[in-house]
Amino acid sequence: MLEIKNIHARIDDKTILNGINLSINPGEVHAIMGPNGSGKSTLASVITGKEDYEITKGEILFEKESLEDVSPEERAHKGIFMSFQYPIEIPGVTTTNFLKTAINETRKARGEKEMGAKEMLMMLREKSKMLEIDSKFLSRSINDGFSGGEKKRNEIFQMAMLNPKLAILDETDSGLDIDAMKIVANGVNKIRDNHNAILVITHYQRLLEYIVPDYVHILFDGKVVKSGDKNLALKLEKEGYDWIKEEVKNK
Amino acid sequence: MSNLKEKILSSFLAFENEKDIDSYVHSIRSKAIKKFESEGFPTKKLEGWKYTSLKRTLKYDYKLFPSQKDIIDFKDIQDYLINDIESYKIVFVNGKYYSNLSETTHEGMDICILSSALTQSKYDLVIENYFDKISKKDGITSLNTAFSHEGAYIHIPKNIQVDKPIQILHFSTGENESLMFQPRNLIVVDENSQVEIIERYQSITNNNVLVNSVSEIYVNKKSNVKHYKIQNDKKSSSLIDNTFVSQEHSSSYNLHTFSFGGDLTRNNLNIFQNDQRIESTINGITIIDDEQHVDHNTLIHHKEPNCTSHQDYKGIYGGRSVGVFNGRVLVEKEAQKTNAFQANNNVLISDKASINTKPQLEIFADDVRCSHGCTIGQLDNNALFYLRSRGIPEKEATALMMFGFANKVLTSVQNQEIKSMINKIIASKLAVKIGFDL
Repeated sequence: MLEIKNIHARIDDKTILNGINLSINPGEVHAIMGPNGSGKSTLASVITGKEDYEITKGEILFEKESLEDVSPEERAHKGIFMSFQYPIEIPGVTTTNFLKTAINETRKARGEKEMGAKEMLMMLREKSKMLEIDSKFLSRSINDGFSGGEKKRNEIFQMAMLNPKLAILDETDSGLDIDAMKIVANGVNKIRDNHNAILVITHYQRLLEYIVPDYVHILFDGKVVKSGDKNLALKLEKEGYDWIKEEVKNK
Repeated sequence: MSNLKEKILSSFLAFENEKDIDSYVHSIRSKAIKKFESEGFPTKKLEGWKYTSLKRTLKYDYKLFPSQKDIIDFKDIQDYLINDIESYKIVFVNGKYYSNLSETTHEGMDICILSSALTQSKYDLVIENYFDKISKKDGITSLNTAFSHEGAYIHIPKNIQVDKPIQILHFSTGENESLMFQPRNLIVVDENSQVEIIERYQSITNNNVLVNSVSEIYVNKKSNVKHYKIQNDKKSSSLIDNTFVSQEHSSSYNLHTFSFGGDLTRNNLNIFQNDQRIESTINGITIIDDEQHVDHNTLIHHKEPNCTSHQDYKGIYGGRSVGVFNGRVLVEKEAQKTNAFQANNNVLISDKASINTKPQLEIFADDVRCSHGCTIGQLDNNALFYLRSRGIPEKEATALMMFGFANKVLTSVQNQEIKSMINKIIASKLAVKIGFDL
């Protein structure tokens, strides 16, 4: 589904990604871990097409097609979604209006019919219930005055509404207490199936107890320095990153 | 510019000769033309006109009294009306009353036209009490006063809640000629009455039009006026809107000004609070582009204690457009416990657009709450990326953000039909096909 081939990326004059390779297939859950500043969020932004980053080398293929020069909205239409580390507040635009516009613009781009008001309402109700989001939040401005936990739940709610093929969860667990994390993880697990894939970016093993990864990759200095299964995350949790840094140095 | 002034001065006699020389307004008009003669059109030398030049507007050879009376049909104007609700309509075409499309009344109140009120003796008392009493005596207002003859005349006696909104609509037509109009509206709302007024100047052709309107609005004791100005004219038209509002004890005046169209728009808005417990709310949304110019010049004059004023103006400027906001709040020494709030927030979406914003608070009382704030910014790129990452194309995402920015003002519009009309105008102004209401 997603092929990342030797991606190098920089912002302004600072190189952040130094040749990343990653391959994700439908039905898989991948986790990316790594110390601060290793390039995790940059990788997420590069996949979703944030224009602040310049790709200097390599390529990203989504369903065998290059994402070069593909706008963020077109990537969304293809089925790429990112849950933001810091969801943005947009005063004056209600969550409902926003999702209605997002769903219908996506449908339009795919040549499908717009979603009817009734169907939209049913879906809003069902998915907000799943994430235990109070319906009055839907008529409030996007993330405006929401707590950290509410914002993250709202991200996964949007994911549930948009039903992406590839969902990138960028530190979705940060700022969540254990109950909120369970709700979020539960939501993600309900959306999971054999046709979609999930890329979890996290600092901590905790979330991975609930969203169990098939693969764990460690990012360091803009490179994947080690890959393994879920046990790698457990080892990191116990031992920290020092041994990884040591290994890299010795290479 | 001086040619136009000469032309105006020399046409005054002919204009007055048609009218009744003995009438009360004759002397008012005569004084006003002298005032205009000495002051002329405002120039950038005047402090209040520092950022707005009329040069480009006054260069046309305006015809002052369009003679032809075009026939227009409902279909020509229906897009500019609020049709979903019952309403009174006072329709003018090229400065002349157009009864076919109007819906006026004299039952228990007068919703009709100034030309009859100025000439029929039963209106004398109201005219003598209210006509030209609060309008400024500067050049541009005097110009209107000198030629004041036609416009809306609304008199609501006490204890009446007007059953439906009143739409005041001035249309201009014609083919090749440039046209100039001096519409004059007089609105008197007596004690404990309520009314909702929608005002619009609209050209239905592409010739150059300059409207210099004056409205005097009297909001008497315990009365309540809701007023909407929809300024969405063609880019060949300009508007100088002079509005004077006089408020009495426990009255409330609420104005929304939507400035989307026109070449040059200047709003001279003056609110006088003459007694206690008065509320004045003035809100505005300006969305312009290309070479458009919108100038909001507001004055709220707090004369007595325990009153409030609230102003919230939002502007979005694209192209090479220019915005001006000059908000003056004057709190007299007697006006203790005044609560005055003023906000002016602006977004520039183009490098070439500009905004001049100038809050001007003059406070002579010592126990007041007055606050003001103005901001100038750009659309947040991170927010734009957020929306786009959800599949909303850049143009629509930008529109959604602009709408969100203006929405705070829009949510204060209680009339749903007006709100949905404004939503539609904003969507078409931003050239997107997305609905903003839900």
